[in-house]
Amino acid sequence: MFGFVIRRIGVAIPTILVIITVAFFMMRAAPGGPFDLERPMPEETRQTILANYGLDQPLWRQYVNYMGDLMQGDLGPSLKLRDKRVSEIIAEGFPVSATIGIFSMALAIALGSLLGSIAALRQNTSGDFSIMTFAMVGISIPPFVMGPILALVFGLYLGWVPTGGLDPRYGMTPDRLILPIITLALPQIAIIARLMRASMIEVIRSNYIRTARAKGLSATAVIFKHALRSAILPLVSYLGPASAAVLSGSLVIERVFQLPGIGKHFVDAALQRDYTVVMGVVIIYASLIILLNLLADLLYGVLNPKVKYD
Amino acid sequence: MIRTAFLKTVLVTASALALASCGGGSPVDSDNIILHRGNTAEPLSLDPHKASGTWENHIIGDMFIGLFTEDANGAPVPGMAESWDVSEDGLTWTFHLREASWSDGVPVTANDFVFAWRRIAAPETGAQYVSLLYPIAGMEAATRGEGPIDAIGVRAIDDRTLEVSLENPAPYLPGLLTHYTSFPLPQHVVEQYGDEWVRPANIQVNGAYRLEDWRTNNFVHLVRNTGFFDNDNVCIDDVYYYPTVDNSAAGRRVRNGELHINNNFPGQQLDFLNREIPDYVRIAPYMGTIYFSMNTTLDIFSDPNVRNALGMSIDRHFIADEILRAGFQPAYSLVPPGVANYPGGVEAAWSDTPIEERRAEARALLEAAGFGPDNPLRFEYTYRATGDNPRIAPVVQNDWSAIADWVQPELIVNDTQIHYDNLRANDFQIADGGWIADYNDAYNFLFLGEYRSVPMNYSRYNNPAYDEMVTAANRELDPVVRGDMMAQAEQMLVDDMPIIPIVYYVSKNLVNPDVVGWEDNIVDIHRTRYMCLSSAMEGAAE
Repeated sequence: MFGFVIRRIGVAIPTILVIITVAFFMMRAAPGGPFDLERPMPEETRQTILANYGLDQPLWRQYVNYMGDLMQGDLGPSLKLRDKRVSEIIAEGFPVSATIGIFSMALAIALGSLLGSIAALRQNTSGDFSIMTFAMVGISIPPFVMGPILALVFGLYLGWVPTGGLDPRYGMTPDRLILPIITLALPQIAIIARLMRASMIEVIRSNYIRTARAKGLSATAVIFKHALRSAILPLVSYLGPASAAVLSGSLVIERVFQLPGIGKHFVDAALQRDYTVVMGVVIIYASLIILLNLLADLLYGVLNPKVKYD
Repeated sequence: MIRTAFLKTVLVTASALALASCGGGSPVDSDNIILHRGNTAEPLSLDPHKASGTWENHIIGDMFIGLFTEDANGAPVPGMAESWDVSEDGLTWTFHLREASWSDGVPVTANDFVFAWRRIAAPETGAQYVSLLYPIAGMEAATRGEGPIDAIGVRAIDDRTLEVSLENPAPYLPGLLTHYTSFPLPQHVVEQYGDEWVRPANIQVNGAYRLEDWRTNNFVHLVRNTGFFDNDNVCIDDVYYYPTVDNSAAGRRVRNGELHINNNFPGQQLDFLNREIPDYVRIAPYMGTIYFSMNTTLDIFSDPNVRNALGMSIDRHFIADEILRAGFQPAYSLVPPGVANYPGGVEAAWSDTPIEERRAEARALLEAAGFGPDNPLRFEYTYRATGDNPRIAPVVQNDWSAIADWVQPELIVNDTQIHYDNLRANDFQIADGGWIADYNDAYNFLFLGEYRSVPMNYSRYNNPAYDEMVTAANRELDPVVRGDMMAQAEQMLVDDMPIIPIVYYVSKNLVNPDVVGWEDNIVDIHRTRYMCLSSAMEGAAE
């Protein structure tokens, strides 16, 4: 297993380098630059700014310079947020995005597998149908609709929580995070519940479960010791794509709830051609997705003894 | 049993969430009067020489004061200037500065102005907005690297006397000098910290508020500067500026009392807002115009009759009343009503003709220009993917197609950056755009038609008579005569129609009725120092 991890990391590093390279050249290939503004600046000023950021150099040299700085851990200055460096921007935004992402995933896994299991064990009852209806609704309503609805109902009409933003004094307080987390988790709860239901139904009909029952084990033991362990496997392989979905979902959530995460930068910076910020966020996202996929694979092995890491 | 196990997981998750989210900064003094302002977007810079947006102006103008500043109505009033003399030819202004100090106690001197204006002129500063100061002698040459920086027309006669020389008489100078490009900078701080002088730990200000904290995409926190010369008349102790890109979300926060003010709302929500929170909605004329540029260097748009035909066939009332809502006014000229030093009254000859007749006339004009079924008029209309622009595009396409079936506009949508890159490179046919003035004077609109303003003169309109008239008006000392000359020039521009005016902007604010001291005004600038909360005033009276 140790060798497996080393090999995976050995593959991950070139993968990230390729992603960085592709992103770098794709960004530069897009027409328009960071300094093409509504109000054109004097050409001399424009040239000076380009030179300050090294953007007057040939593209290959910009790439070499960027990679050189990156190897020393320097993500460079933001081209649009001119008083800040990319590392500062990410350091400010990442904890917010990560907090929302982690708790949404935890909520989605906990609630999704609970609901899915209940639906499977009560197959074709009203409980099953209502959970599956809920799941269908959760998958169908996109976060940019669900977010404002939740904010209206629980923020404005009921007045239980604020409708957006972080607390300027205390930062990430539970009342400010609860709606974004639920909004982000809802589609995942729904998907996980459906996955869990299907897989649980399959497992409880299999021979070894029948054997376990025949041996006279209690229902609880059958479900927890035998069924759950197999039923959860498809869920684990879904964790990789799920985390990617949560990351991309956070772009919408951060806008709707006016949260200062890095998802917003990803969109804004790409539109404004803030090359360095886009690159910084791409690096973070790519590394995260690779890391989470690796974790999902490892977890899979822990749960499924048939998997061998060699 | 299964349920309890899973419930436990959920509960553990929830309590972990609660724990993780505790912590953070310490509370500020609870007696402080705090104002929460929603403010368009994240400031790109708080350095007055690097900023370029109206939303940055709101923050920077709370922190710094120039020779002039705005009163609550947005009109220019003396700021750092106590009094001033103007030479007979109107080219030399001598300002006598008030006694004031930076927030660290160092006095503000005339040298701080000289330092700041030389810094913004230097190309290595990279000031995007320096062209605003071109009326100052030598400024344009210096920014282009063609003249020495220390030759620009600003001189410190002594610590409290500043002499400014101009390229031409500028009756709008007080308004211009309220703009942040002309603010003094604390020389001792900028020289010590370089580009990092603007960070909360380093910055010193001469305005009512000092920068306390700045979290990207979260908020900018300003606190009262007790050293400010008019501090006794300031009510609000703390002001938070939040970037509110999503106007609908910001509207909810205003309605919920989380924000006192947001400086925009979606026009389509007007009826809803008027029903729910009528005393929050503030709509006022604003000094900006939405207009299309036609590329006059192309053969098809070189003929003023063709340009007029396309201009007259657009139903501006429909766009204003049905698409944009919220008080937008149809525009038949470039300069909006209410702009200072200007008589107005300019409009296209066909502005009062009903739209059906205008379409018939447009058809006749185009036929006379040689277009018809055998020679269709095909062109591209390019627009930005932001705001209301995608909703306007199909309307104008429909309006143009209604002239005749051989008028065939094609819609092309672009990202903002690509759009302006194309405009700069003269790679467009008809393109949307808008202009919001930086200071309240007709010239800040009319320069857009001067040929020397290319590329900001996107249509590449080249009319020497127009350029001469505008230049002559700028040399005129009598403001009334100057205004008439400006109006004559604008009439030339409107008759030639290189640009198609569509609507005049309005400012749309949501203001909690608890806020007092807010006055709607044409520049849409509302300094926090004039505001207070009536709830806080009552609290203090008890």
